[in-house]
Amino acid sequence: MPELSYREAVRDALSRAMRDDEDVFIMGEDIAEMGGSMGVTQGLVDEFGPERVRNTPISEMALAGAAIGAAMQGMRPVAEIMYEDFLTLATEQIVNQAAKHRYMSGGQVTVPVTFRTQGGAGWSPGAQHAQQLESWFVHIPGLKVVFASTPTDVRGLLWSSIYDDNPVVFFEHRTLYGIKEDVPDELEPIPLGQARTHRRGEDVTVIATGRLVHEALAAAKEAEQEGISVEVVDPRTLLPLDEEALISSVKKTNRCVVAHEAVVRGGFGAEVAAVIQYSAFDWLDAPIERVGAKFSPLPFAPVMEEFVVPHAGDVLNAIRRTVGRTDGN
Amino acid sequence: MAKVEQKGTLSKSDLREFFREMLLIRRFEEKVEERFRAGELPGFLHVAIGQEAVAVGVCRALEEGDIIASTHRAHGHTLAKGTTPNELMAELYGKMEGCSHGYGGSMHLYDIERGNMGANAVVGGGLPAITGAALSFKLRGEPRVGVAFFGDGATNIGTFHESLNLAQLWQVPAVFVCENNHWAESTPSWQHMPIEDISQRAVAYGMKAVKVDGQDVEAVYKAARRALEHARGGKGPVFLAVNTFRLVGHYIGDPQVYRSKEELEETRATQDPIEHLRTKLEMSADEVEEIDSEVKEIVEGAVEFAKNGTDPKPEDALKNIYA
Repeated sequence: MPELSYREAVRDALSRAMRDDEDVFIMGEDIAEMGGSMGVTQGLVDEFGPERVRNTPISEMALAGAAIGAAMQGMRPVAEIMYEDFLTLATEQIVNQAAKHRYMSGGQVTVPVTFRTQGGAGWSPGAQHAQQLESWFVHIPGLKVVFASTPTDVRGLLWSSIYDDNPVVFFEHRTLYGIKEDVPDELEPIPLGQARTHRRGEDVTVIATGRLVHEALAAAKEAEQEGISVEVVDPRTLLPLDEEALISSVKKTNRCVVAHEAVVRGGFGAEVAAVIQYSAFDWLDAPIERVGAKFSPLPFAPVMEEFVVPHAGDVLNAIRRTVGRTDGN
Repeated sequence: MAKVEQKGTLSKSDLREFFREMLLIRRFEEKVEERFRAGELPGFLHVAIGQEAVAVGVCRALEEGDIIASTHRAHGHTLAKGTTPNELMAELYGKMEGCSHGYGGSMHLYDIERGNMGANAVVGGGLPAITGAALSFKLRGEPRVGVAFFGDGATNIGTFHESLNLAQLWQVPAVFVCENNHWAESTPSWQHMPIEDISQRAVAYGMKAVKVDGQDVEAVYKAARRALEHARGGKGPVFLAVNTFRLVGHYIGDPQVYRSKEELEETRATQDPIEHLRTKLEMSADEVEEIDSEVKEIVEGAVEFAKNGTDPKPEDALKNIYA
């Protein structure tokens, strides 16, 4: 079993898909010689050449739209949007075009395109290079939305996204690129729409995405010291959502915390909370807690950035509140 | 130059066929207008009366396998690309027999099998996809061309500039057909563009630009032929600056308060592409009448077909969201 970093796992999925299939190609800003702003695509241009590892101008509308057009002709392009914040520039194409061609044509066409992007706080890039915008896209019928949190998951989910016949917006978290894990020699595709239970527990379910999966696991360890048994579930695919897995976990634990790095208000956690309260209302022993960033653009100064985004301690406090511990603030 | 002209020469019978098709589009759109005013057609409708020569001239120049992307003013392009009047009219009536099976409507006309990648209700929305489709033709070594239709108004939006830049940079087989009808909805060119020669915008990206009289179908056809050959031959994309005229409002029911009656009347009197072709072909009144009654019958038949079409079930709305 080779050990791969999250970054290498993304690269592995891309290169295997390109090796296997002429229809797969990647495009984005600085992805060729430079290997992308995060080094994810490093070396790929050497193996696959500049036709299939295409550097684009700084031109998100055109690169997203060109990927859509190529996908409508049966190719499987993977377009990299360098920073998640720049999805704003490509949103018209993703939301009005990619998500709707199949529908507006009455099912005549498929758009098998993947938009990879990355973001997240932690390095003080400030307000325009670290947002978490996944919830916007969860609101759009016709899209699929993935947010992977481990090397194994990111590899298997990216593969499935490339081979899904629908447009997928694929979120990676910047601070996870360096984490490592043993992964199987063979790439095992992970079906979209399947949650993963990272840790079993009896008292509280924490439903977390992206970096917060790791924060939740750290919080669960701490909680265990206090005698609280925590289950941690990562939906992995935000759209479609594995509602059954989340609901059955909460029916078992009777308490629920949802946790993500994006701001709480209007965040993905709001949708999860609504799903849980409707389907597991009679099982809930406490209000569903939401953990996320404070309602603020991301500040530059590290102390302020640290203050705005959630950490393990915030998840732990939310866990404590659900079990009625007054020290949970 | 003379040789090229010779090669692109059309026979009189070709031109009569063009005339018939332009008249069919005209009568189709007049019928659409009539049925809309009668309250039979839902949605937003934009007709391209006055611009028929662009649709026919360009689409007749295409080869099997070439694709188009259209705009909100799409009926002419759609018919010219081969969708039947029945299928188009059924779509406007929201029927399952429609070319988008009732999911699209006038602004979202698709016919993938016939190479119509969709009309787009977002101005400039289809240009990036045509660039990407053309890229896929290039990557696969297929001798196909992607053609994007758009108006002068679209040349102000980012997708236009980004797409032309990318297409020229990557030398993809695409033709960008700018139907310059001098109006962006109700805004005249002089209020939305600081330049007069729209082709300068393509020249700025190093792209070959060709200007053509959009009221002369033969000229459009020949220019499109040359542009397509250029693109297909791997010489890069071409910008076709087509000077044309919208002889009606932006949408059906548009009172055109922004346009002077005199200008409109003069334009109608002097810039009708069908009238131009009739004169050129020296067609007799009888000849015209014969073709006219034939196409009118087709259009009546299309209305009949559409009205007898199948309504989707309300819950069909939840189909076709995902593959």
